[in-house]
Amino acid sequence: VCGVNGRFAWLVEGGAGQDVGRSCILVSIGGKNVMLDCGMHMGFNDDRRFPDFSYITRNGRLTDFLDCVIISHFHLDHCGALPYFSEMVGYDGPIYMTHPTQAICPILLEDYRKIAVDKKGEANFFTSQMIKDCMKKVVAVHLHQTVQVDDELEIKAYYAGHVLGAAMFQIKVGSESVVYTGDYNMTPDRHLGAAWIDKCRPNLLITESTYATTIRDSKRCRERDFLKKVHEAVERGGKVLIPVFALGRAQELCILLETFWERMNLKAPIYFSTGLTEKANHYYKLFITWTNQKIRKTFVQRNMFEFKHIKAFDRAFADNPGPMVVFATPGMLHAGQSLQIFRKWAGNEKNMVIMPGYCVQGTVGHKILSGQRKLEMEGRQVLEVKMQVEYMSFSAHADAKGIMQLVGQAEPENVLLVHGEAKKMEFLKQKIEQEFRVSCYMPANGETVTLPTSPSIPVGISLGLLKREMAQGLLPDAKKPRLLHGTLIMKDSNFRLVSSEQALKELGLAEHQLRFTCRVHLHDPRKEQETAMRVYSHLKSVLKEHCVQHLPDGSVTVESILIQAAAHSEDPGTKVLLVSWTYQDEELGSHLTSLLKKGLPQAAS
Amino acid sequence: MAAHLKKRVYEEFSKVVQQQQEEIATKKLRLTKPSKSAALHIDLCKATSPADALQYLLQFARKPVEAESVEGVVRILLEHYYKENDPSVRLKIASLLGLLSKTAGFSPDCIMDDAINILQNEKSHQVLAQLLDTLLAIGTKLPENQAIQMRLVDVACKHLTDTSHGVRNKCLQLLGNLGSLEKSVTKDGEGLAVRDVQKIIGDYFSDQDPRVRTAAIKAMLQLHERGLKLHQTIYNQACKLLSDDYEQVRSAAVQLIWVVSQLYPESIVPIPSSNEEIRLVDDAFGKICHMVSDGSWVVRVQAAKLLGSMEQVSSHFLEQTLDKKLMSDLRRKRTAHERAKELYSSGEFSSGRKWGDDAPKEEIDTGAVNLIESGACGAFVHGLEDEMYEVRIAAVEALCMLAQSSPSFAEKCLDFLVDMFNDEIEEVRLQSIHTMRKISNNITLREDQLDTVLAVLEDSSRDIREALHELLCCTNVSTKEGIHLALVELLKNLTKYPTDRDSIWKCLKFLGSRHPTLVLPLVPELLSTHPFFDTAEPDMDDPAYIAVLVLIFNAAKTCPTMPALFSDHTFRHYAYLRDSLSHLVPALRLPGRKLVSSAVSANITPHEDPSHQFLQQSLERVYSLQHLDPQGTQELLELTIRDLQRLGELQSELAGVADFSATYLRCQLLLIKALQEKLWNVAAPLYLKQSDLASAAAKQIMEETYKMEFMYSGVENKQVVIIHHMRLQAKALQLIVTARTTRGVDPLFGMCEKFLQEVDFFQRCFIADLPHLQDSFVDKLLDLMPRLMTSKPVEVVKIVQTMLRQSTFLHLPLPEQIHKASATIIEPAGESDNPLRFTSGLVVALDVDATLEHVQDPQSTVKVQVLYPDGQAQMIHPKPADFRNPGPGRHRLITQVYLSHTAWTEPCQVEVRLLLAYNSNSRIPKSPWIEGGEVSSQVETSIEGTIPFSKSVKVYIMPKPARR
Repeated sequence: VCGVNGRFAWLVEGGAGQDVGRSCILVSIGGKNVMLDCGMHMGFNDDRRFPDFSYITRNGRLTDFLDCVIISHFHLDHCGALPYFSEMVGYDGPIYMTHPTQAICPILLEDYRKIAVDKKGEANFFTSQMIKDCMKKVVAVHLHQTVQVDDELEIKAYYAGHVLGAAMFQIKVGSESVVYTGDYNMTPDRHLGAAWIDKCRPNLLITESTYATTIRDSKRCRERDFLKKVHEAVERGGKVLIPVFALGRAQELCILLETFWERMNLKAPIYFSTGLTEKANHYYKLFITWTNQKIRKTFVQRNMFEFKHIKAFDRAFADNPGPMVVFATPGMLHAGQSLQIFRKWAGNEKNMVIMPGYCVQGTVGHKILSGQRKLEMEGRQVLEVKMQVEYMSFSAHADAKGIMQLVGQAEPENVLLVHGEAKKMEFLKQKIEQEFRVSCYMPANGETVTLPTSPSIPVGISLGLLKREMAQGLLPDAKKPRLLHGTLIMKDSNFRLVSSEQALKELGLAEHQLRFTCRVHLHDPRKEQETAMRVYSHLKSVLKEHCVQHLPDGSVTVESILIQAAAHSEDPGTKVLLVSWTYQDEELGSHLTSLLKKGLPQAAS
Repeated sequence: MAAHLKKRVYEEFSKVVQQQQEEIATKKLRLTKPSKSAALHIDLCKATSPADALQYLLQFARKPVEAESVEGVVRILLEHYYKENDPSVRLKIASLLGLLSKTAGFSPDCIMDDAINILQNEKSHQVLAQLLDTLLAIGTKLPENQAIQMRLVDVACKHLTDTSHGVRNKCLQLLGNLGSLEKSVTKDGEGLAVRDVQKIIGDYFSDQDPRVRTAAIKAMLQLHERGLKLHQTIYNQACKLLSDDYEQVRSAAVQLIWVVSQLYPESIVPIPSSNEEIRLVDDAFGKICHMVSDGSWVVRVQAAKLLGSMEQVSSHFLEQTLDKKLMSDLRRKRTAHERAKELYSSGEFSSGRKWGDDAPKEEIDTGAVNLIESGACGAFVHGLEDEMYEVRIAAVEALCMLAQSSPSFAEKCLDFLVDMFNDEIEEVRLQSIHTMRKISNNITLREDQLDTVLAVLEDSSRDIREALHELLCCTNVSTKEGIHLALVELLKNLTKYPTDRDSIWKCLKFLGSRHPTLVLPLVPELLSTHPFFDTAEPDMDDPAYIAVLVLIFNAAKTCPTMPALFSDHTFRHYAYLRDSLSHLVPALRLPGRKLVSSAVSANITPHEDPSHQFLQQSLERVYSLQHLDPQGTQELLELTIRDLQRLGELQSELAGVADFSATYLRCQLLLIKALQEKLWNVAAPLYLKQSDLASAAAKQIMEETYKMEFMYSGVENKQVVIIHHMRLQAKALQLIVTARTTRGVDPLFGMCEKFLQEVDFFQRCFIADLPHLQDSFVDKLLDLMPRLMTSKPVEVVKIVQTMLRQSTFLHLPLPEQIHKASATIIEPAGESDNPLRFTSGLVVALDVDATLEHVQDPQSTVKVQVLYPDGQAQMIHPKPADFRNPGPGRHRLITQVYLSHTAWTEPCQVEVRLLLAYNSNSRIPKSPWIEGGEVSSQVETSIEGTIPFSKSVKVYIMPKPARR
């Protein structure tokens, strides 16, 4: 039986890492097809924003081809194409995700839809109803719960950090397994714990590699810097603007500021721009089990997400005198509330803006971070930026060390890097191969990687056969292989080892006797009887452990092998020995012939 | 047949028992002993099913068995064991055997043969495991018997190949507890008997069952604990176990590696895949460091904890634990710590204002970057960032221990510790502040670090702030800006949290005295003096101004040039503060001023210290007067007591001694006064009233002696004797007074007996000290003891009375260090006019905050008492967790007291005070016969009582009637 080949296809991949890029991976394992994530690309507004699903089947139905879809977390680059995929392209199979993802994902999709359709006026986009219909196909899973998708395929979720509800998934068919990490974070932060996986030893680990070439500084320095800056600005009487994306980092920073305010007894107000955040925050309060140790342990006294100091923001508050801190969306200062507030506050050097994440080129955020002090706004206005501009990196991806740590924890046979830049992945690949001595792959978009596996196949053995074979030899030793005679029967993907008699019986076949005969010429002038006698005495002396008999009819038997001596018809000086044995005695028979071919010892004569 | 006979015997025997029980209750005691085994036997025979038998056994196990009857019970159990087919019953019997063999006073060697015997025929794995457990109990009971130990080890080795993990576990446990390495003992004869236990256990490191692997490692650790030296070869085996699939195996393996590294720190081990070799302790350190990033937090905690105790590790390795080479896009990046340091050294003091400030610099050679090092790289960086606070605390503790032994490491780990001040869990923050305090001798804070440290001063948690003040007390600051910064932040703290006043003043006191030269250039600015103009005189009551002055005056103590910078009012303020806050403001040598008392330089020994001399002299004066007229004695005593009290107030370091001696003298004075009473000469019935004074004196002396005994720390045995002697005198006085005032002989008889018992007890407790008590009351009393024992009560009283009057005044030797326990209630302050209103019948929580000084074991002794106006008193035992220990000899009690009462019409005050509970048994020196249980408890029953040791604070409360 040859090994079942696992086929892994890395379908489509986005550009510059970070928060942009489409994640969508197709895995074939043990004859099952699984789609991992179904992301969209933020950078495009045309067809390119969704993965090319026609690639999967060419022209068949997706539901027939795919056994299930797994979504790792609620970021749009991992789930944004889901309604398009299930409702517009057409997929009716199960979609698996964790409970928090299931809860938050539709909020984000709806928000995304609103911006695309209502603001940008796009046609041919998925509708609210489609999102609802799509979410009906979702099956929610718990952490560490083994879900049987069908008889053979099972999946299991592990905690991944990164954002609320992010999970890594183990996909298992028979003895073969794949682990897909999605995005994960190996260092805990203020609201989430660290990713964790047991030693599941999968055949393949598919890991993100956003920070393949980065080792990050300790998060404490970052936090301390952030808090210090905010604190100083507030003490000065300045206003602090923190542009954030609605979910994920925003909650971490809120918790950070909230606890700091609490600890330091600060009074300056903190505002959070309303909108989808409130809804999402509600879920953060609910899914306490998914947060970190501190929040989990203290929520009985007080749920950390029930902020005491952070209040909803109103447009009018921006003009209030005195210090304040405002979290506003979006995170790159390219539009919306954050930009409005920024324009109001930019002129005062007491104020401060803190960019907690990466900014795409062309946005206001990117411009001010690269040191630009005069910004051209629409309508030829020039905005002079006098406020302080700070940059703080709060990213929730694993860095190179974290990735290595996860690989060390899971102990996979192969590693596949996705979600990163080729040049950086090259470095990590080399490192992984060097440190763990496992092969590492980094396929390009649309490239397919095929991995041969050597699965162990269980074979049933009848107890009778086992006992019979046991009785023949010594006790079994776990470390040494044993030779066993039997017949392997393969019947409807079911393997059994039975004794040959039973196999014959089951198959309704008659037993065939197979006999080998061989003639050996001996130069011996004596009579046939005497030759036989000589052969007997010779064999008796050589084959001590076998039973050698001289039968009354003049033939010699060794076990069940028969030897008869006859005179050569032409040459009376030569005797012909006829040796005959069955197939089962092949070993002894061939040994015997070779022995006889050497001739009889002359000493006797 | 024999068994049958035996059975008959017991049957009849038990019948007798039952009849006897019905008839005569008194004989029951004698007969229950043999019936124990008999009853059990009958029960077991009666049992029809295994479940029944099990029930009987369970019932039996509930009652203890006397040592004498153990053997009989064991025989019965064994007999039944042979017959029993049900494994669960056999299991119970086996466990009972183990329990019984642990009985004190029973030597289990007689049942060992049987136990081993039944072990050989046993088939059930569970029962086997239980039997091995029993053997373990037997073996540990007989640690001296080498032969038995050898035999048990043999048995264990034989069953090691069992298929059940439970049996193998127990075998390994047995080997760990009993196996020995001493080969010389039974070398003669059989060489087989000598087994290499370590090798045998080591073989099970690769067992297929993780539980067995764990047991094997634990057994090895057990061997180590018993003092056997482990072989170095184990190290490699243990290292392999570090990558085990199961956390309990890894956790145990980490321990084992640690043990081996402590045993063979200097031996050399090769580094795999290279030709280099390193010290074993370094290698082990690296491996344990690696475990700090293990998948299981239990292992991480274990690893982090053990790191702290590996002091022999080379500094090169140690420093790697704090090193995490940063990079960004394959270019080397400096850590924020490095950047901060650089900024600091370049004179600039700002950070991260620009985007790309942390831009990576040089390219990294891709080959040289090791992402998962085998070495110690960054272990602490990971540990301190861990998700679980248990790991973080363990890491902080380990850092502390390592930093204490290595100053260079202390310097390096500073940045990380400072970062921990911002941890999300308060416990971790507190722990790291304490850690920093402990290593503060080795470090000097940079300005930027100080900045971060000081930022925590605004923390709303009082514990954190006070720990931080404590830390600042012993911190070295490098620049004058640092001092200024610290002062500014402390003053900010003071305005934000005015309750921190005392703590901040104290902190500034130390800050000043540690850095006089750094304070000097700041003085004009701090005092806001001007070279030409007089400035306004600051408000003397402003706590902030006092704080500044405390800093300056303490700095001026060792900086003689500083007073020249003071303006006139500063000197005036100095004089005022020196008097009002003498513990904070030192004596200064001020030029041209007589104000200052002659400064006491620190290096004179206590005996040359004039105040100490004064104390000695006044005490000697008292002791020398033996035969003065009573009037004179009393006057002198009163005088001396007054002197001592004043001395205690003036000299805080002598307060303990002075108080202690004064109390003693007061007792003596009371005694003299009581004996001087005229009543003794007059017939008893007439002087009933006056005798009040004498009995009150006796009572007060008793109280004072308890105070002397329990309220002072550092009281030695010498003093305890004197105190007890004084108490005995008081008791004698009591006896005499009662003898004179009561009529009838009967009560007197009991009292006399009791008194004599006390004397006897005194003699037994302090027999070693009796020679020092010559001519004393007790000495004389003991001389007459035989006579006293036989005389009538009236006689006894008479003798005692004369003895008491003739007794001399004992010299109280002063202990080296003596401190009076004291407590100050900070909260509630008792100043509030607003009553605490609550609904009657419900409770109100009152926050109590107090500092305790020189209290030993406050968790068990300190109580809070609440006195209600109706005389009702309530005693509250604070939880042990409510006590904190901020410094040696000091404790802090922060607790909540629940008050409740029925409704009042007016608000009224309740009193809250602290009590010191004592138990007279705790102080009595342990003598062998006391341990032997010879002293009957009725003589000196432990006298328990409480001493109030703080001023009471009044709290205004108002329980309102409940609204319907």
